[in-house]
Amino acid sequence: MTSAAANEVAAYLKRRARWSPLEIAFWVFAFATIWLFPGKYLILKDTAILALFALSLDLILGYAGIISLGQAAFFGLAGYFSGLVAKYGIINEPLLALIASGLAAAALGFVTSFLVLRGSDLTRLMVTLGVSLMLGEVANRYSNITGGADGLQGVDIQPILGRFRFDLYGHNGYVYCLIVLFICFVLARRVVYSPFGLSLRAVKGNPLRAAAIGIPVKWRLVAVYTFSAGLAGLAGALLTQTTAFCSLDVFSLDRSADLLLVLIIGGTGYLYGGLIGAVIYKLLQDWIANLTPQYWQFWIGLVLVVIVLAGRERMQGWIAAARGALEDATARVAARPAKFASDRQ
Amino acid sequence: MKFNHLLMAASAAFALAAASGARADDIKIGFILPMTGQQQSTGKQEAAAAKLFMQQNGDTVAGKKVELIIKDDGAVPDNSKRIAQDLIVNDKVAFLAGFGVTPGALAVAPLATEGKTPEIVTAAGTSIITEKSPYIARTSFTLAQSTVPMADWAAQNGIKKVVSMVSDYAPGADAAKSFAAEFTAKGGQILDSITFPLANPDFAPFLQRAADQKPDAIFVFVPSGQGGIFVKQFAERGMDKAGIRIIGPGDVTDDDLLNGMGDPVLGAITAHIYSADHNSPTNKAFVDAFKKANNGMRPNFMAVGAYDGMHLMYEALKKTGGKTDGDSLIAAIKGMAWESPRGPISIDPDTRDIIQNVYIRTVERKNGELYNVEFETFPSVKDPIKAAEKK
Repeated sequence: MTSAAANEVAAYLKRRARWSPLEIAFWVFAFATIWLFPGKYLILKDTAILALFALSLDLILGYAGIISLGQAAFFGLAGYFSGLVAKYGIINEPLLALIASGLAAAALGFVTSFLVLRGSDLTRLMVTLGVSLMLGEVANRYSNITGGADGLQGVDIQPILGRFRFDLYGHNGYVYCLIVLFICFVLARRVVYSPFGLSLRAVKGNPLRAAAIGIPVKWRLVAVYTFSAGLAGLAGALLTQTTAFCSLDVFSLDRSADLLLVLIIGGTGYLYGGLIGAVIYKLLQDWIANLTPQYWQFWIGLVLVVIVLAGRERMQGWIAAARGALEDATARVAARPAKFASDRQ
Repeated sequence: MKFNHLLMAASAAFALAAASGARADDIKIGFILPMTGQQQSTGKQEAAAAKLFMQQNGDTVAGKKVELIIKDDGAVPDNSKRIAQDLIVNDKVAFLAGFGVTPGALAVAPLATEGKTPEIVTAAGTSIITEKSPYIARTSFTLAQSTVPMADWAAQNGIKKVVSMVSDYAPGADAAKSFAAEFTAKGGQILDSITFPLANPDFAPFLQRAADQKPDAIFVFVPSGQGGIFVKQFAERGMDKAGIRIIGPGDVTDDDLLNGMGDPVLGAITAHIYSADHNSPTNKAFVDAFKKANNGMRPNFMAVGAYDGMHLMYEALKKTGGKTDGDSLIAAIKGMAWESPRGPISIDPDTRDIIQNVYIRTVERKNGELYNVEFETFPSVKDPIKAAEKK
């Protein structure tokens, strides 16, 4: 009897975690961009980095309900870390340096998580913001190491695995970022569809009840916050490695705030929000800034207001019908019941 | 699964972004400027001057059409670098120009070398910039160019004790260092060297610290655009009434903002490369045309940097007969000399840095408006930091 129930739960979790055809199509398209838009590697690379960064915030905001304005702390720490190890020849291989930077950011995430998880939403906003501002000021103060307001000069990034040089066209840089993004996404996906991920959702829904059914609320949050910090760190390290440069701007409030905007555009709690939001935000920004270099911020602001006020619900209404048709089709192709395809809802 | 509709939107945006393009034979000049953020007055001035130059001199050089591309980097060096890379790779620009702040110019230097694309610095003023790539030339100024004559003048004119106050970044450090070296060598005394963060200009606590030491003068450097706040807070503490003078490179009495600073700034002594009041026919014509094209806005030293930058690029293209490879262009640039609105200038063939007159000015009211009125000239000043290294 018990084992039958356990089997059913296991089967349910497995079904839930299955890759849908739409997701596969998304990633096929993402990798196809390498050949589709050869002239756009630089903006695509920035988009991939922003997507990874947004993914890190989505993990804590969308799944654990921790609102943060301080993701830039991890982004910046790892950015400087990877820049410094490359500059002083401590770790020359970019991939190793990337992993080390991610771990450094995760360590910072672990330490600061105890501060962050104390308060409610507003406290968290302030504490996370404070941590990133403090780190920014530290980087400014120790300008003999970080280069201060001039940025970290003279960073020389070696070829990846000793073979793939970061070329002027940004091709290798983009492929590198995209692969890292994909691996991190798969990891994050694995985490949120695991029982651990389910327990996070329970905590987000009602921490008291979650604690009552035996979920160690604090440690779950510490774990996801640390993981998220690591991902944010990887994004920061990617930025430094692909530009061979790092400046105080990596710690700026704008960077954390942009991230919230990205998630507002893309939506939270289904992992793709950050990715799609990043694509839309970056391309919109690039496009409008080319049209009007002086006043682009106004138009971006306007678009965001429109999206928030009128866009999202209505857009969802429009696509509901389209989605129904699409899912019917995919269900028929995949020869399995349609309800599983739309399981996430 | 709401991401399918977003996916569609995303692909549409991609297609849109990919659709842009231009003719291959045009010569493109890419200006990277801070059009937004704290340094936006620099971007505004430079863009206006570059456009004015093209209006006056036409958009064809050596039989080819010239296209001006202006991009906003918000004075964030990561952005400058990405935009520069994009301009080199996709737009295949003949020149990169602009650079509102030193970090941006420095970040782009390796790209200029790798892409063999001349980088014409029309704003940033740290000495080391031109040494970072053999493809960098400058039409703005170096800070030491103004600060060393300033120190000379101060030492000769009864200023004995000075507190130096500078923004904490490379140009600020340059300014403080070169001023202090020259001033103490001439018998002056630096009571205190104060630095403040570049990003949040609240000068009040620093000004108080300076006032407490009762100097004859405060030597100040802040980037173009922050001078107004500095002078306001200076006056709020009554430091002008206490007989403390403001001296420094001309960034603090920037022509763009000078008129709004009011009486406290009267009598401030600055050394700089350009004043809108400079007395020459070339300058009068430039100022009139600039004001007419820009709703009465007064050109400042940033505008003249971009204007001369455009002149330099046009002349280089004429000299190469429209050839746009970096080596020919940079060879053409070396040693070029002409009459600018600021006076006679030339590009030093050894350092690719600018050689120009430096003027000592005082702020006076003329026809109801505040101007930096020039009263002494140090002719043909080379960058003193590089000159000192050579010896």
